[in-house]
Amino acid sequence: MEQAIWAENLTKKFGSFTAVDAISFTVGQGEIFGFLGANGAGKTTAMRMLSGLSFPTSGKARVAGFDVYKQPELIKRHIGYMSQKFSLYEDLTVQENIRFYGGIYGLSGAEIRSKTEQLLQELDLEWIAKSQVQSLPLGWKQKLAFSVAQVHNPSIVFLDEPTGGVDPITRRQFWEMIYRAADRGVTVFVTTHYMDEAEYCDRISIMVDGRIAAMGSPGELKRDNNVPSINELFVRLARHTSSNM
Amino acid sequence: MKTFWAFVKKETIHILRDPRTLIILIGMPIAQVVLFGFAITNELNDARIAIFDGSKDPVTIEIADRLTSSGFFQLAVELKDESQLEQAFRHDRVKLAVVFPPEFQDHFFREDSPQIQLIADATDPNTATTLVAYASAIIRQYEQEKKGSATLPYAIQTEVRMRYNQELKSVFLFVPGVITIILMLVSAMMTSIALTREKELGTMEILLVSPLKPAVIVMGKVIPYIALGLANVAIILVLATTVFHMPIRGSLPLLIAESLLFILTSLALGIMISSRVQTQQVALMISLMALMLPTILLSGFIFPIENMPWLLRAISHIVPARWFIVIVKGVMLKGAGMAVIWKETLVLVFMTLVLIGGSVRSFKLRLE
Repeated sequence: MEQAIWAENLTKKFGSFTAVDAISFTVGQGEIFGFLGANGAGKTTAMRMLSGLSFPTSGKARVAGFDVYKQPELIKRHIGYMSQKFSLYEDLTVQENIRFYGGIYGLSGAEIRSKTEQLLQELDLEWIAKSQVQSLPLGWKQKLAFSVAQVHNPSIVFLDEPTGGVDPITRRQFWEMIYRAADRGVTVFVTTHYMDEAEYCDRISIMVDGRIAAMGSPGELKRDNNVPSINELFVRLARHTSSNM
Repeated sequence: MKTFWAFVKKETIHILRDPRTLIILIGMPIAQVVLFGFAITNELNDARIAIFDGSKDPVTIEIADRLTSSGFFQLAVELKDESQLEQAFRHDRVKLAVVFPPEFQDHFFREDSPQIQLIADATDPNTATTLVAYASAIIRQYEQEKKGSATLPYAIQTEVRMRYNQELKSVFLFVPGVITIILMLVSAMMTSIALTREKELGTMEILLVSPLKPAVIVMGKVIPYIALGLANVAIILVLATTVFHMPIRGSLPLLIAESLLFILTSLALGIMISSRVQTQQVALMISLMALMLPTILLSGFIFPIENMPWLLRAISHIVPARWFIVIVKGVMLKGAGMAVIWKETLVLVFMTLVLIGGSVRSFKLRLE
């Protein structure tokens, strides 16, 4: 399988604090890779280094074939990003948001028009295309944000806790969208702390205190560690380190 | 370039979708100019005066006549007796009393310096001083007309001319100040809030992860505010020239170019604030405390810089508004050209470059 993301000993320090401690992993093209960890474990910092928002302190990484040190601008063109904070403009309409994000990624007028039509149709939002985003329920906003993050057809999308605060049914629908994107060959790199969502991923890694404590497919991890669920494994790993402290 | 316009368009929508803020931004300059022009005025018109004429001769009657027909004074009460003075100040609320002694005319022509007593209500010292000065001037002028200056060979005659603002209209003073404050408000405060809003909402992260260059993001965000600032300049100038007949003696293009320069200085300040704070509220507080207060108090708009203690005078040098007010006054009232205001212009250019340099460096290209 072709590698979408490749990281070797990737490290980020803030002063004397090591947020991400020499993590190494690869993610294949079209894979759904779950990045798990408690709050403060270093998930977001790792994701930011991979998406060109922050330079690593040391280590190597390539994203979509581009070096994170030398080619961050090229990386930016080939990835989509959706943050844990809601990332559409509330006072712009659905259509204007799509048009704006298409515009900043340099899509032509015709491309934006066809993309807008396609997205609205997929999301079934045509009837409220001219409503301001603030009038939409949160679940719809999240789905729209996910689609907008892919307006420029990126080969990788980074999702930073995309389902925070969303009801279970919408979360389910959101994951169906993730599967559809993966079927199209898009690599999905997703952080979450919902352990049930971890089971939906092709492969997961569990981060504890800046290190990767476990990595593999959910089935493998459960079998190797002899636990009934990822949740159990996660709690065990997290407790292990906190008892060391 | 296309991505840039997509950005400007989006920013314009933000401004237009927030009609309350827009009304404030457009309405405020109008309200301020009108307020300063009509209501808040340093001029005195129709001050109530009392006259006690102990002589009632042609000279005193003519002087009284001149006083009341000058427009500055209106006769509130004519006193029959000097003892009514207290009553006049207390009950008739006169601001000034004029007392002519008996046989004034005889003394006047015999040149043994007759005395007119001016008694002012000094509960408001500024008003009292101004009224006394107006009245003295009118009386002196009458004296001169009647006697000619020849009779007083050694007297020093002062001839006062208030240049550039002959009628001492206070609106002439306030318009440059209002332009300055409004531009500071729109350019510095609004942009710092607009930029921190993106940080607060989390959209800044999305923008930084897009291929847009940080400089393009900042430019795209500030361009609509430049337009808004220029629109405000236009509104204020139109009001000042049509309603208050304020002249623009210098070149209009120069005035607009200087306004643009000041807008850039303010924008740079706004960008610098937004690069250092995370929330809109902090941005607002800092803009108000660190920008608006010095702009109002230390720019020479309300309090003359010459009268300040040396420390405040020194601080006033780093207040951009101080230099801009000099420029606006110079161009509008004195008809000054670049040859006169080059120093102030250079100071603003220098400040702008330093601020832009500083904020580009501190603007976080990468959110750490």
